Amino acid sequence: MQLTSLGLVRGIIGYFVGLVIGMAVVMISRLALGMSAWDQEAGWVGGIVFATIGFMLAVGSMTDWLKWTRGVETPFHHGPPVGKPAWTRYFSVDYNHKVIGIQYGVTGFLLLIIGGSFALVFRAELADSGISFLQPGTYNTFLSMHAWVALASILLGVGGMANYLVPLMIGAEDMAFPRLNAFAYWINVPAIITLMISMLFGWDSGWTAYPPLSLRGPVGYQMVFWAIFGIGLSSILGSLNLIVTMLTMRPKGMTLFRMPIFCWAILATSIIQLTATQLIGLAFLMLSFERTLGMPFFNPLYNALGENIGGQPLLFQHLFWFYSHPAVYVFVLPGLGIISELLPVFARKPLFGYRWIALSSLAIALVGFLVWGHHMFTSGYGEYLRVVFMISTLLVAVPTGVKFFSWLGTLWGGRLTFPTPMLFTLGAISVFLIGGLSGPILATAATDLFLHDSYFVVGHFHATIFGGFVFPFFAAIYYWYPKITGRMYNETLGKIHFWLMTPGFWVMSLAQMTAGTMGMRRRIADYDPALGVEPVHMLITIAGFVIAFSILLMIYNLFTSAEVGALAGNNPWRSRSPEWQIPSPVPEHSYARPITVVGEPYDYGLAGSTYVAMAGAGDD
Amino acid sequence: MAAITTGVHAVAAHHEAHDDYAVQLRRNRLGLWLFFISEAFLFGGLLATRFYLWGNTRPELDQAIGLIVTSVLLLSSVSMRLAETAMEKGNRQLFSIFILLTAFFGLVFLGGVVIFEWGLIPAIYQGHLTPWGDKYGAVVFAMTGMHALHVVSGIVFIFIVWNLARKGHFSPQRHWGVESCAIYWHYVDVVWIFFYPALYLIGNAVHLSH
Repeated sequence: MQLTSLGLVRGIIGYFVGLVIGMAVVMISRLALGMSAWDQEAGWVGGIVFATIGFMLAVGSMTDWLKWTRGVETPFHHGPPVGKPAWTRYFSVDYNHKVIGIQYGVTGFLLLIIGGSFALVFRAELADSGISFLQPGTYNTFLSMHAWVALASILLGVGGMANYLVPLMIGAEDMAFPRLNAFAYWINVPAIITLMISMLFGWDSGWTAYPPLSLRGPVGYQMVFWAIFGIGLSSILGSLNLIVTMLTMRPKGMTLFRMPIFCWAILATSIIQLTATQLIGLAFLMLSFERTLGMPFFNPLYNALGENIGGQPLLFQHLFWFYSHPAVYVFVLPGLGIISELLPVFARKPLFGYRWIALSSLAIALVGFLVWGHHMFTSGYGEYLRVVFMISTLLVAVPTGVKFFSWLGTLWGGRLTFPTPMLFTLGAISVFLIGGLSGPILATAATDLFLHDSYFVVGHFHATIFGGFVFPFFAAIYYWYPKITGRMYNETLGKIHFWLMTPGFWVMSLAQMTAGTMGMRRRIADYDPALGVEPVHMLITIAGFVIAFSILLMIYNLFTSAEVGALAGNNPWRSRSPEWQIPSPVPEHSYARPITVVGEPYDYGLAGSTYVAMAGAGDD
Repeated sequence: MAAITTGVHAVAAHHEAHDDYAVQLRRNRLGLWLFFISEAFLFGGLLATRFYLWGNTRPELDQAIGLIVTSVLLLSSVSMRLAETAMEKGNRQLFSIFILLTAFFGLVFLGGVVIFEWGLIPAIYQGHLTPWGDKYGAVVFAMTGMHALHVVSGIVFIFIVWNLARKGHFSPQRHWGVESCAIYWHYVDVVWIFFYPALYLIGNAVHLSH
């Protein structure tokens, strides 16, 4: 087998060929306009754009579309590639949503490890006061990279769960637009390469990339802008695909209120991703153009009369947070959906208040569009806005509270069992509670004025993200692992993972909040030992390494169990969801016959109730 | 993207017998409209930028140029509609004429923007603004640039559809390619209906000293 038969290898070659071509095009254009050939801003922008196109062409994600424009038919190929080992399909363009889901999930997990490792690097630096091995500039690059790599990992992880599970859960053959699905995955890969290249040049503003700092910093910013633009494009196209899939491909009998609850979470998430993502794309595009061409959107510019004829830095914050606050709900809503999905299975009881949960996801998504200004309490915008944004932000607590009470209601009186996925689900609730309770303190303008830019914010944010994404993501991996591989993971190792990671995270999160209230600022390489935060920082660092070690156990578990784990059978969890009624691992065509929904999804423990009727062989 | 699916391919794009053209057409339409909703936030963001930075002011732009390019773009929507109607009635010749006329109007609009609004060829017309001069130049170039990018892609789309029709790819019953191209063109047109007053009409014209 030749190496270039792998789409990924061809794509990477295409990326670097495109990079060279793009830079050459910019240099020739500049010479033609009578300027010096090389300008690093313009050169890199041209290079990155061409490199991304080069990757997408070379990997083969646009081949079918380009044939369509010429009127050439492209029959749909199903199954592993002909004449190549089966594993190669995961490294090439494949249209099966299960393959794409795994591609998303594994890439997301890989980025989670990389992003987490960046955190370990600067956590080690912070363990004691004084600069030990990271100079402040490098520290800032690591910190900023930790943020965007981890956020990319979450977006990809969410994409993995959604792409793998949604078509299975609604009994669909595949996604509505399989080619678009593959394109939406693959556009992430050149974006990630671009993001990694930014480390060579550095950038130091934290993930928010506020101007004017981001307009003056090193050229690494250009790579960040365009990388995030690519990942954002993936979000938009992927969510479009998911909405169409859920609205048009449900089986007979599955009304919207009979969808598995995870689908509701993904529907709400997709609404945010489809729309709000455009605003961060636009904001980063404007930053890139301001750097490259000097278009004054954000940097003020004064004329002889002292009038500002240039831009306003605050405009960026508005555009940025209009996406980046709802984005937090993109990160957590799917995870909260996983919690609601798993609890009834392990409590053997109906999900408490199904409709309320479904609608609370939508409510969080919609209220989420009105709260961005709470990130700007200290920015100097109109003071009257503080009250408006404070009230709208506190409103988010209402639908979130609905979810908590539904979870409690589901657990209440249930016949609980505690395998690893259930442990992680409960861990997620506990961690999300820490994040949730620290939220109103930051949403209230009066207290936020003191806590803004402190480690309290860091603690709050990580608790929401671990509770809303990381813990549920791990729960989902353990839960659907037997469906994906056909084998059980090692339960003992899974439990050790949980009992290391959960207390580790509690300590880390609460210690971060404590450091914040003691006066520790975020995003700085060093601190004054007189604050008394040194032992707290040591604690956070140790907890961080414990969490990292526990995740290594998980990786070991997942790798070895795929070979030696016990055969899982079709439905080890006795779930009612359609994907558990078919063989594990799921065959190439998931459902041999269309399924029919005949009852409510979560009537666990109710005698004689069924959710899905599977047509038997020969039964039409 | 799936928009380019021609009649035959919409069927081939999906594998099972129960996936017929009507089902895929419904999905394609929904997908295209969701794409428009998404794009509305992009153009909305540009409008928000305009009102944030300019408030109740606007630059001194050449009103004649604005009126002419806007009229031409509106005309192009009429010819696009006529092209689609011709395809629905199976009149390929009329379809080709009107769709090429639409592309022509689109190119005229583009020329108006690039040569006159932007002043890209000073030998023909000296522009008033530069993208880096002040907030007026920056926003005018950003809004017209983003819109022009969509017009260019619309023109490319038109030529693809025209070429496919020439090869006999559509029928009065099955012409999603034509339909999506037409809706896309109208959408880009509607965006300009919001951009034109925001750039040319709303607010008091100011002349800045640099």
